Amino acid sequence: MKSVIDDLLPTDEPLACISADGTAVLDSQIDRPNDSALLAGYAALVRARRLNDQAYALVRQGRLAVYPSSHGQEACQVAAALALDDEDWLFPTYRDTAAVVARGVDPVEVFVLLKGDWHSGYDPRRHRVAPATTPLATQLLHAVGLAHAAQLRGEKTVAMALCGDGATSEGDFHEALNFAAVFKTPVVFFVQNNEYAISVPLARQSVAPSLAHKGIGYGIPGQRVDGNDLAAVLSVLSSAVAKARAGGGPQLVEAHTYRMQAHTNADDATRYRQDADVEAWLTRDPLTRIETFLRAEGLLDDELAASITAEAEEMAGHIRGGLNTDVPPDYRHLFDHVYAQPTAQLQEQSAVVADELERDTTDPEADL
Amino acid sequence: MAQALNQALRDAMTDDDSVLVFGEDVGPLGGVFRVTDGLNAEFGDKRCFDTPLAESGIVGLAVGLAMHGMRPVVEMQFDAFAYPAFEQVVSHVAKLRNRTRGALSAPMVIRVPFAGGIGGVEHHCDSSEAYYAHTPGLHVVTPATVADAYGLLRAAIASPDPVVFLEPKKLYWSKEEVDLTRPVPPIGRAQVLREGSDATLIAYGPAVPPALEAAEIAAQDGRSLQVIDVRSIVPFDDETVCKAVRSTGRAVVVAEATGFASVASEIVARVTERCFHHLAAPVRRVVGFDIPYPPPKLEHFQLPSVDRILDAVEDLQWEDS
Ligand SMILES: Cc1ncc(C[n+]2csc(CCOP(=O)(O)OP(=O)(O)O)c2C)c(N)n1
Repeated sequence: MKSVIDDLLPTDEPLACISADGTAVLDSQIDRPNDSALLAGYAALVRARRLNDQAYALVRQGRLAVYPSSHGQEACQVAAALALDDEDWLFPTYRDTAAVVARGVDPVEVFVLLKGDWHSGYDPRRHRVAPATTPLATQLLHAVGLAHAAQLRGEKTVAMALCGDGATSEGDFHEALNFAAVFKTPVVFFVQNNEYAISVPLARQSVAPSLAHKGIGYGIPGQRVDGNDLAAVLSVLSSAVAKARAGGGPQLVEAHTYRMQAHTNADDATRYRQDADVEAWLTRDPLTRIETFLRAEGLLDDELAASITAEAEEMAGHIRGGLNTDVPPDYRHLFDHVYAQPTAQLQEQSAVVADELERDTTDPEADL
Repeated sequence: MAQALNQALRDAMTDDDSVLVFGEDVGPLGGVFRVTDGLNAEFGDKRCFDTPLAESGIVGLAVGLAMHGMRPVVEMQFDAFAYPAFEQVVSHVAKLRNRTRGALSAPMVIRVPFAGGIGGVEHHCDSSEAYYAHTPGLHVVTPATVADAYGLLRAAIASPDPVVFLEPKKLYWSKEEVDLTRPVPPIGRAQVLREGSDATLIAYGPAVPPALEAAEIAAQDGRSLQVIDVRSIVPFDDETVCKAVRSTGRAVVVAEATGFASVASEIVARVTERCFHHLAAPVRRVVGFDIPYPPPKLEHFQLPSVDRILDAVEDLQWEDS
């Protein structure tokens, strides 16, 4: 007889749809996304890779203070955004810039944070994307709360909350899963297991059979998916979203992937991992994999590929242009958004800065 | 006071569908101090509910609810048990408006039964106001009267900003006839509870009753003490407090919390900066020692006693004036 646990247990191996070399469709337990979904995913993936490359270049030029790259993880990024409907919400972390952009947010606005102008540069309501969080796993609870609010209001909204493997050790991860399960809240918890939390490998994070197995203790079904297989991630996340929307409660998906670059530009990855490991993952690159497949299927030719690349190039130009124009942020932002109305004390402090600026511009020595 | 808080919650829930009350044991039990008594029965499990036992979870859930138009009022069972939620409070509740330049905010009320004087065992008597007051983006209020318990809680729930609402445990059972129809005081206003001309006692929350008592005794000895109830720690009402201190030229700040790096220290600094030339003596503090809250049989040493307040008043260099 089948037990309750059988319904919750992830598969022993991550689910995959297309073989690592992109030549074959695997006999999988999951549905292959339709051709147009795959092509849209591919175009978004090309953009995501271009975004990562562009950001990396901008860090080197000193235009961005920092960039936690998702190079190598772009299939997860893109699928997280594409699996959602307009009414749904995405809760990203610092690593999920490409997912935020895939959801439709202007990359220049996304980079406001990394550039140092402000903490969140985009309007979260417009695209239903929460501001990216840095304290690990905290946003998972916000996703549960938002989905709970939507549920109370009779909306069909699903919240997709992203986190890394390291974040699954945090208390908030466990509290979020438990809350969501107890309240049967429509949330998809999507763990991008990229094998490292800064320098600490997965083995130091958890000895569970997989991170998806962590759902069982909470009564949440877990699923493992090959995070470098765009078709598989799209399929698994889409069905998780559909289940959550249909009243199936929270879902947990773990993607197995790899962070090809250092944690951020401030990190030296050679101190904790071998080049050979990184190179081994090169052969599993999500972009080449789907591209090989689409070409073999006759869905992609040089002409279409060139136009998709050109479109991504245009986005890169838009980013460079946007980051080249330096509009100094307004000092009033320091004081205007602490409370709905600035307190008397904040008004005084704002006046101090205004006075300093005034003196700066009237001081004839200031220009020297 | 507990009943006034209960009435405030009931009235707010009746007036506004988006007000949700949740936390540990707040449902059918009505909270360990019975502040949420009857709300679950009256408004149902969607509006007033028990959560799993996890403080960070409670506050984190409230952030998401508030982002999507709900007005959460959460209960932390005791002061020291709110610490697991501290990261959510500091990193998200307090900052969401600022991080998004006003596009999102997290208006909510975090109710914390706080401070001692009830013979409670450790972890049930912390005065945690300074932790919250030090965090920009939060309002921090504490009622000392039954009327304020009702009015301030209504104001807190209506506030567009998150409010840490500190309920002095030892005042839960204080009684007072209250006219609930009187206008709700805005957050950010201190009040003069007793007029006086010789010195000003500045107190808040659980320190207010001993301050009033001290003023009463001093009056019998011919000293006229004014008593100010701060009520709103953040935003702080410099105007009312400083006006009072200038009128008397002497001041003592009374608080139960540990004195080092405390709200009381902040008040002394503010008063000194603004009223220096009106002061006949340095501003004194009557505060808790810099020790973890003591066990019940020793707690009376930690609390601001009437005697200590009167001693501090006597120290205000009267002979020089
Ligand atoms: C609560 C908290 N502790 C520590 C940090 C510092 N920190 C930033 S990223 C990181 C590693 C996170 O690893 P993981 O969750 O696997 O995500 P990844 O960066 O690999 O995407 C750490 C320790 C933090 N941001 N928040």
